[in-house]
Amino acid sequence: MHPVLKLLMQRMALGILLLIASSILIFCGTLVLPGDVAQAVLGQSATPEALANLRHDLGLDQSAVQRYFHWVNGILHGDFGKALSNGADISHSISLRLGNTLFLASWAAAISIPLAITLGILSVRFRNRWPDRVISIFALATTSVPEFILAYLVMFVVAVKWRWLPPVSLINDTMSVGEKLQATALPVLVLVLVVLAHMMRMTRAAILNVMESAYIETAVLKGLTGFQVILSHALPNVIAPIANVVILNLAYLVVGVVAVEVVFVYPGMGQYLVDHVSKRDVPVVQATGLIFSSVYILLNTMADLIGIISNPRLRNPK
Amino acid sequence: MSTLLNSAPKSALAGLAVTTLFFGMAVFAQVIAPYGMSDVVGSVWEPASSAHWLGTDNIGRDLFTRMLYGGRTTIFVATAATVLSFVAGSVLGFAAAVAGGWLDQLLSRSVDLVMSVPGLIFALVVLSVLPPSLPVLILVMAFLDSTRVYRLCRSVAGDIVVMDYIEVARLRSEGLGWTIFHEILPNAMSPLVAEFGMRFIFMVLYLSTLSFLGLGIQPPSTDWGAIVKENSDGLVYGIPAALAPAIAIAILAIAINLVADWVLSRTTSLKGGRA
Repeated sequence: MHPVLKLLMQRMALGILLLIASSILIFCGTLVLPGDVAQAVLGQSATPEALANLRHDLGLDQSAVQRYFHWVNGILHGDFGKALSNGADISHSISLRLGNTLFLASWAAAISIPLAITLGILSVRFRNRWPDRVISIFALATTSVPEFILAYLVMFVVAVKWRWLPPVSLINDTMSVGEKLQATALPVLVLVLVVLAHMMRMTRAAILNVMESAYIETAVLKGLTGFQVILSHALPNVIAPIANVVILNLAYLVVGVVAVEVVFVYPGMGQYLVDHVSKRDVPVVQATGLIFSSVYILLNTMADLIGIISNPRLRNPK
Repeated sequence: MSTLLNSAPKSALAGLAVTTLFFGMAVFAQVIAPYGMSDVVGSVWEPASSAHWLGTDNIGRDLFTRMLYGGRTTIFVATAATVLSFVAGSVLGFAAAVAGGWLDQLLSRSVDLVMSVPGLIFALVVLSVLPPSLPVLILVMAFLDSTRVYRLCRSVAGDIVVMDYIEVARLRSEGLGWTIFHEILPNAMSPLVAEFGMRFIFMVLYLSTLSFLGLGIQPPSTDWGAIVKENSDGLVYGIPAALAPAIAIAILAIAINLVADWVLSRTTSLKGGRA
């Protein structure tokens, strides 16, 4: 077998292993309890009958191992069970909200990735001059506050002071794509700011890393301009690390979306998760937690795969 | 110490001064606060005045007082969680690097596993069944963060254990604990100090996010995240009370970043350009 193929297979097998392990971890996360889940859900004043009923509904009379396999078996058949708080089918609720979250995340990605790479190139071209400094101060500022505070700052300035856009992002199925874009402009802007700084700094660092190479010096000496050197000689050699950083930030976007959705009252997965954590609705929390971490693991695995494929030393072994 | 401070760039000194100020205000919150923490002293969302430096909050409490007490909780919880996470992460990381073998494999693979689930999501899963009390919050945050500290310490110590003086310690048949505390720790101090600052900031952001989501610090206690949550409704009417904690968090984060940058750059120059 080709060694790259073997590496790819190994990495994918590791991804699947992590997926299984993380499902066990999330399942066990709700087991580490001083009391039991039924007591935690119903509170101290619950009657013994209500506790017994809930324990039966949750399958707490079975062993943890049995429950885990029952849970995983259901998920593999697309059945996440029913929510404790209102008895709604979890798979149905998720199918409505997952699309909304992906819509938000993909728009943020579509804007932030090209922007981050462009800014990264600009700050290399004008290294240690004012464009570079402005960009790095901006990057430090946006990484120094949590997402939800950035969200409120943006909301306060853009929606309340300037009155350009609505402060909350209510959307429904009857809206056209244009209307949806306008309604979600603020959360998308916040998510862009959240991931932009890190991607940009990594792009800058990756390009700077190869700028010391001999072939860059050759390109400069044969009279190419600053941008020509960066675009046609430096950039092609750093596509692998940049692709890696882009995907890692997409994974970060999946988590950052939680707080931003809550701020803008956006009906996505993040808000669904947070709502049900405070209601102590364990099945919903487990289901959404598993989906979030699956996406996270999937993207991380993809970053590794791209890293392997794009490395010519691995692709063409001696 | 004084020569050390003299050699520091102005930005690092400013960062150090602001950090000290914040910690001082946290420690002496009770003495500085002009009003009681939960006393209603005015009407809802009064603008800033000489009686109320930052105005009042959503039910008429003095916002400056709330900020002091909130800052005390935020800084205390973040410090406790960071210290705990560093003690656990560094001891285990160093032990893994020195001992190697199955202990290293076991710890490193467990850390890989925990890190494969996004931290905030894992915290939410655990907090859906555990009561969000102070000890629980500190333990959950410290546990999740110690995985990052472990990785750093494991890799820093990995560079140190191949040194001759570790070989000498081994030949003297020194124990695991002695090697960690007498040989590795002193040589790994600078990157750890810088990382401590960064992890502390991360803890502040983390706790604020949890409190903002209603899953961290519970009333009647408060912290900066909870103050944002309490006053967020006012933003739509143009009342900036919820932005006060935002500014406090940003200033603290930038101040600590400046100090950490300086500590790191000192390490780099000491080791001849190696980060």
